[in-house]
Amino acid sequence: MDHGAPELTIGFLTFNLSTVLMLVVTAAIVFLIAFIATRNLKLKPTGMQNFMEWVMDFVKGIIQSNMDWKTGGRFHILGITLIMFIAVANLLGLPFSGIIVGGDLWWKSPTADPTVTLTLAAMVMVLATYYGIKMRGTGNYFRTFVQPMSFMFPLKIVEEFANTLTLGLRLYGNIYAGEILLGLLAGMAGSGAVGFIGAIIPTMAWQGFSIFIGFIQAFIFTMLTMVYLSHKVSADH
Amino acid sequence: MNLDYLVLGAGAHNFNGGDVIATLVIFIVLMALLKKFAWGPLMGIMQQREELVASEIDAAENARKESAKLLEEQRSLLKEARTEAQTIIESAKKQGEVQRDEIITAARAEANRLKESAVREIETEKEKAIAAVREEVVSLSVLAASKVLGKEISEEDNSALIKETIAKAGEAK
Repeated sequence: MDHGAPELTIGFLTFNLSTVLMLVVTAAIVFLIAFIATRNLKLKPTGMQNFMEWVMDFVKGIIQSNMDWKTGGRFHILGITLIMFIAVANLLGLPFSGIIVGGDLWWKSPTADPTVTLTLAAMVMVLATYYGIKMRGTGNYFRTFVQPMSFMFPLKIVEEFANTLTLGLRLYGNIYAGEILLGLLAGMAGSGAVGFIGAIIPTMAWQGFSIFIGFIQAFIFTMLTMVYLSHKVSADH
Repeated sequence: MNLDYLVLGAGAHNFNGGDVIATLVIFIVLMALLKKFAWGPLMGIMQQREELVASEIDAAENARKESAKLLEEQRSLLKEARTEAQTIIESAKKQGEVQRDEIITAARAEANRLKESAVREIETEKEKAIAAVREEVVSLSVLAASKVLGKEISEEDNSALIKETIAKAGEAK
């Protein structure tokens, strides 16, 4: 059962081709869903358009629960893309989890790779800092590091990194753990007739639960993204 | 216990700089594509719908105001018409009364005139009758007198004489 990762090194950069493949697949699926859903747009929405509008309103609700729409409207597209990308990425690992070609694992959730989740988390924190400086001015922004007390400064610095880490690792941990359990159950199912029968029910239960977790984690990631963004962007915090 | 080999050989072994770049690039490209092809049009249509709803609400409000205004206008017109009708009826009534009075007066005058003319005619007839009777009496008296006297007197002389006598008798009476 031991398998490696299909890694490719170009110069000083190492690519995990499996992760890259899954990212591309995720992006393609998200794009196709969104693209097909927004063909033939009507003022009176039908079918998939309703679904996409529901997603938009849902993300709008998340943003509005954190900041006023005048400030938060610019993060709408980021929020919708994030929630759909992460939800699809989380669910991708479920159906064909553990496809191994030539000893390498090719098919998995891209979000079960900490590099991906931490990259997304870091991107969010960088964006938050960027918009914080842009919308409040450099001086105002850096003053928040010594408010309400100057001795809070080290804590504020730690907070920046802690936020990044928790944001990325929460998602990674949930999906990774889910896939490990699915892998164990698959291994059990593959061990023989008794194991197969014994594994069916727990596998089904865990897959159902993983679907739930996949959506919940996408929601939490988007929610926390907006929380951090509003924390940096709005002056009343 | 190293569970990593179970499912995921990928990831946590070492730092993959390429994955970081791949994630960022793929995510940002996806976001840009979606913005252009999906979210942009969708947001546009939602915006359009919002505007449509707003304009429809405005239109409905305007129509409501318009209809209220029209209703008020109609109501005042109706009121006006009613008062006008009332005036017309009243004036007609008044005119009718006036006419009635006129007709009655005219009829009364006519009746009076007729009565008077009848009275005059009666008077004339009476005088005529009296004159005729006088004449008859004269001729009878002459006849009687001529019979009595046995003497033929010319009827004309005598009648003049008798007329005089009767006129005298009338005055004496």
